[in-house]
Amino acid sequence: MKSMKTIIAMILAVVLLAGLSTAALADENTIKIAVIGPFTGPAANYGLACRYGAQVAADEINAQGGLQIELLFEDDEHDTEKAINAYNAVIEAGAQMIDGNTTTSPCLAVGAVAYEERMFMLTPSASSDLVVADKDNVYQVCFQDPQMGTISANLISENGMGTKIAVIYNNADDYSTGIYKTFIAQAKEIGLEIVSESAFNDDTTDFSVQVADAKDKGADLVFLPIYYTPASMILQTAKNIEYAPVFFGVDGMDGILAMDNFDPALAEDVILLTPFSAFSDDEQVVNFVEKYKVISGGVEPNQFGADSYDAIYALYQASVNAGIDGNTSFEDACELLIAQFSEMEYTGLTGVMKWDETGAVSKLPAAYVIKGGAYVPYGE
Amino acid sequence: MKLKKSTVNAIISYAIVIAAFLICQWMIATKNMPRTLKGQMIPICVYIVMAVSLNLVVGISGELSLGHAGFMSIGAFSGAIASTYFLNALGLESAIVRLVLSILVGGAFAGVFGVLIGIPVLRLRGDYLAIVTLAFGEIIRNVVNCLYFSVDGMRLHVSFNNPNLPGSIIVNGPAGSKGIKAISTLPVGFVLILFTLFVVLNLVNSRSGRAIMASRDNRIAAEAMGINVTKYKMMAFVTSAVLAGMAGALYGLNFSTFTAAKFKFDTSILVLVFVVLGGIGNIWGSIIAAALLTVLPELLRAFADYRMLIYAIVLILVMLATNNPIIRSLFNGLIRRNRADQAKAGKGGDAQ
Repeated sequence: MKSMKTIIAMILAVVLLAGLSTAALADENTIKIAVIGPFTGPAANYGLACRYGAQVAADEINAQGGLQIELLFEDDEHDTEKAINAYNAVIEAGAQMIDGNTTTSPCLAVGAVAYEERMFMLTPSASSDLVVADKDNVYQVCFQDPQMGTISANLISENGMGTKIAVIYNNADDYSTGIYKTFIAQAKEIGLEIVSESAFNDDTTDFSVQVADAKDKGADLVFLPIYYTPASMILQTAKNIEYAPVFFGVDGMDGILAMDNFDPALAEDVILLTPFSAFSDDEQVVNFVEKYKVISGGVEPNQFGADSYDAIYALYQASVNAGIDGNTSFEDACELLIAQFSEMEYTGLTGVMKWDETGAVSKLPAAYVIKGGAYVPYGE
Repeated sequence: MKLKKSTVNAIISYAIVIAAFLICQWMIATKNMPRTLKGQMIPICVYIVMAVSLNLVVGISGELSLGHAGFMSIGAFSGAIASTYFLNALGLESAIVRLVLSILVGGAFAGVFGVLIGIPVLRLRGDYLAIVTLAFGEIIRNVVNCLYFSVDGMRLHVSFNNPNLPGSIIVNGPAGSKGIKAISTLPVGFVLILFTLFVVLNLVNSRSGRAIMASRDNRIAAEAMGINVTKYKMMAFVTSAVLAGMAGALYGLNFSTFTAAKFKFDTSILVLVFVVLGGIGNIWGSIIAAALLTVLPELLRAFADYRMLIYAIVLILVMLATNNPIIRSLFNGLIRRNRADQAKAGKGGDAQ
């Protein structure tokens, strides 16, 4: 019996040891930035893009010499409970600031705790306006959902893209409903005619009802404030019933061309709003795309990767300016970073960024049209 | 005075829970508890209550429920709404009073839904309850995704699919609850575990509990004895729903935000896994399985992306191990020897 007890004790010891994070000694020349996002589960696409983008930025910075960056990756599975666990894990590992969370609801949950404990957060892609509301320590790299809706409505109206508009949105998704609400409000304001509004949810795989409704009501433009996976099914459904309006997507549409088993011909002439185009011939973008593909195993970067790349560079720039090093506690770093971010300007892959006192970024999305499997700036 | 055996066992159970609580508090006070574990204490309490309450339905009354997370969801949202209402409209400042009241509200609402589902379904036989509870969980999730609640002065506003409500929003459709003060505390979590044990153990050892188990074991014989099977199954089901609602309220008030998507099918199955792994009908098994399996994925964080794979392998190994006749007899032998030692029976208990 004694040997049995010893074995059990040993197994328990191994399990417990595996859980304890090895607390590394603080190196003065290295700052620790945590990257928290969904690396597994249904939202893994977005989390992994942020992870790869951050890795590209950190590799570049570390190659330059000077202040070094150590990235701490933790998975939040797009779940508020796991997000808090991930946040506790990175603090135990000595994180000084956070590039995250990738998605909105984990970011809200972590943000509330981080606000109390004074940990600085720069989220690459959590786009709800609630993420930064009432918290001085949370900043965004992406623009907010309400802005997206307003800008889309204005662009459609100014360029006369369509006269009768249908909207198909995901009513189980915060991102989609956020854009939908402001789009409808702005459309009413500037006199756009909305002929069809239909909703679906995360489990929907058949869009024939929504698309048929848009067709029957004679819509000549379909606004899709949704992610690219359902959008691809909508494009297929429309083709099947020989319905060819103008399709207008927002930043969630970015990534549709990189989808597995997707025929790019379906997305021909689709208009989308995005801050980042992997097809740009800008030197910085070409360089990023090349390095990103090495890390991601050949997958093209989308705006999530670019936003996270910018987040790491913005944190780095602010840290250098504020004189943060490996010995600065996260509470001190938080106050220093807040002071930096409220007045600094940063130019990155996704444009020139400045932050207002709430933590929201001001930059402009650009409209692109998909032509022959690539993004072409709208109007060219 | 000689106590009944079941009473002695119950007192031992409470004593173990209280001892565990004191150890946790001591570890927190002396800063010996890792941050990651400390952050998980309340979810652990919640999952223990969920597992024990589900065990009442699955183990004691012998019906399969696949929608336990639905009751948790109702408890979480009604608890969150109640808590914010007490604070904003009634000006109830004390966090502990609000927490306890919100837990009671969460339990009450979940109980009402338990009755509504139980009335038609528990009259049926076979697997119908499993299917209806499965659907119930999904319906709750989809309905909450379209629900908007706000509090404006003393008035509570609710709407379906229309987010433009007066006052401050509490439940914001797919974005879930918002602006909730996180007020859950570990002592309340442990008191909830004690309360759950108290309710479940007393029910199981009562006349009603014996009627519930008789209906499970042989419905026809139980009916022939004059037992109203539907009534007793209802009793187990609604008690379980109330406890799940209370756990949900504690869970919801532990986070400043949570969404309906958290309480989907996966969560129901997760709780069922706790019950099955701990041993169907075994209350202590549920408690231990819930605590260990909640902590395990976090312990495996060092394995990064492979941790869910390892988690699954661990589940399979535990399943195989607990069903292995050699290990079983070993455990039985250990337990028997202990009992024999306690009773100081002269012969002692030999392992088989």
